[in-house]
Amino acid sequence: MTGATVRFSNVVKEYPGGTRGLDGVDLELTGGEFVALLGPSGCGKTTALRSLAGLETVTSGRIMVDGDDVSTVPVNRRDIGMVFQSYSLFPHMTAAENVEFGLRMRRVPATERRERAAASLELVGLAHLGARYAHQLSGGQQQRVALARALVTRPRVLLLDEPLSALDAKVRVALRDEIRALQTELGITTLFVTHDQEEALAVADRVAVMRAGRIEQIGTPEELYGRPASAFVADFVGLSNRLPGVVAGDRVSVLGSELPLLDQAAASGHVEAFVRPEDVVLAADGIPATVVSTSFLGSLRRTVVELESGERMTVQHSVDDRPGAGERVHVRFAGAPVAVAAL
Amino acid sequence: MTATASAAAVHVAGDVGTARSRRRLPAWLGLTPFALYVLLFLAIPTVLAIATGFVDGEGAFTLENLAALGDPVILGTFLDSFWVSAVTAVAGAVLGALVCYALLGLRPDGAVRSVVDSAASVLAQFGGVMLAFAFIATIGLQGVVTVLLADVFGINLFADGVWLYQVPGLLLPYLYFQVPLMVITFMPSLEGLKPQWAEATATLGGNRFVFWTRIAMPILAPSFLGSVLLLFANAFSSYATAAALISQGSQIVPLQIRGALISETVLGRENLAGALALGMVLVMVVLMTAYSLLQSRTERWQR
Repeated sequence: MTGATVRFSNVVKEYPGGTRGLDGVDLELTGGEFVALLGPSGCGKTTALRSLAGLETVTSGRIMVDGDDVSTVPVNRRDIGMVFQSYSLFPHMTAAENVEFGLRMRRVPATERRERAAASLELVGLAHLGARYAHQLSGGQQQRVALARALVTRPRVLLLDEPLSALDAKVRVALRDEIRALQTELGITTLFVTHDQEEALAVADRVAVMRAGRIEQIGTPEELYGRPASAFVADFVGLSNRLPGVVAGDRVSVLGSELPLLDQAAASGHVEAFVRPEDVVLAADGIPATVVSTSFLGSLRRTVVELESGERMTVQHSVDDRPGAGERVHVRFAGAPVAVAAL
Repeated sequence: MTATASAAAVHVAGDVGTARSRRRLPAWLGLTPFALYVLLFLAIPTVLAIATGFVDGEGAFTLENLAALGDPVILGTFLDSFWVSAVTAVAGAVLGALVCYALLGLRPDGAVRSVVDSAASVLAQFGGVMLAFAFIATIGLQGVVTVLLADVFGINLFADGVWLYQVPGLLLPYLYFQVPLMVITFMPSLEGLKPQWAEATATLGGNRFVFWTRIAMPILAPSFLGSVLLLFANAFSSYATAAALISQGSQIVPLQIRGALISETVLGRENLAGALALGMVLVMVVLMTAYSLLQSRTERWQR
């Protein structure tokens, strides 16, 4: 199965009063691609997704699916599968009846309907729970059924509107990986909205970071993390230490250390530099600091230190190093390029 | 766990235990006055009233009062009560549901919504002499609207008889409090419909008609039927409005009970009132049983 292409061309969504939910969004999804829309609350990511679904009407611009302009096509004729943030199973229907619903709308014969619904439930690992009602299923199971319901009609595009946000951490990670595996297997073009950067970076082929109705940067997770196009992206994607610095030529001076700039055109003079915790190391000598707290994160440890100037920094290091609170240590920069923003 | 930590845990557990027992006591105390009130002024009088249906004027056991329930006049009264209650319950429920649907389009915190909510709460309790007077003053024999229609358009509202003062005349006044009662009881259910259900229906290929007929209505049905039952009971037991409007005869059961208790023309039938009360209770029991049977069909998908 080859997924459909999706294109947003200068899409604007203006609300009464002039506020813009989408302010000229340009975005392209290739067939079978998994793209995550990432951003803080109110950045327009859900509006973009709902516009593609047809649940929001756009003010101007075009939304194309496989070359067809769907901007004015009613939602029930867009051939879109959607999983919602809050549980949206119909409570008076069993899981199997929920999954059959879309097929019923397409007048699929009863026998085929039941077979396809069973196959779809099998796909999400819930074939044995088809007779259960929504309230008899856990949150994770409900979202799996919702996924089966969205996929059973073989839609051109799958839309996921923060489908994991109501689940507890362990289920969230498991279902996240299952969704990605399923998407890869089916090859369905998928747009996934989330405010959880870790989630977006973990599953998406590409991530579009949104801010104030616009796409700030779109790229692979590695590009976004390693080469953020703006201070906003650097700050929003992954952890960063925000430190004062002074740009001189192609370098920025931070706490007495000269560090290479990611983007020389970003700013000049006094700036705010964004240094990743893994680009700061505990060392025998360097900038003196006092340990404030330390957190064990499984394969690594993050330690917050306070410099003599009063600045606080997060250092990511090996779990073998176990500095205690109040301990005197030294830190230094690893020398990786850093993003800066004008003050 | 260290000794100190264990002690702390025990201490905390002890606190929780004490707090639980503290919480239980006020809960019982809080319910007691209401339970006593219900017992003294509802349960005991109901049992006594019904019991009087089984004794004669001398206090001896008899089934004569009960047999009187089969009297064609009494049966007719029950029938009138039943149809007035059924018509105003169903019409009130449908009209009230439509009002609720219209209210859904308004902002929940908006001024119009607040006014309608408040008005519905007040008007639902507006039955009685005041309501009867309001109707007499507007569409009574000499009411403002009646006179206006007769003078200006030559329309005689009472050309076919003085219907306002008979059983059919109860329909309009009853609807006056039935519709607001439906609004306040049914609105929370309608608001409980998740927007995502409508959106999911749409993304799966359904339109608004499909949403309302296949999703919303089945989900709302138990609540709607419950409200109809409440409205029926409300009308069936309503007394003051009917008493103020109908001065001739006892055409519905509550008026029949009044007649049996205080009639100066038919003496010695006080205990018939108890049998009539038993009849009313039986009607409600039958309806509630029917509702329970319906409800049990939806329980499997309701929490």
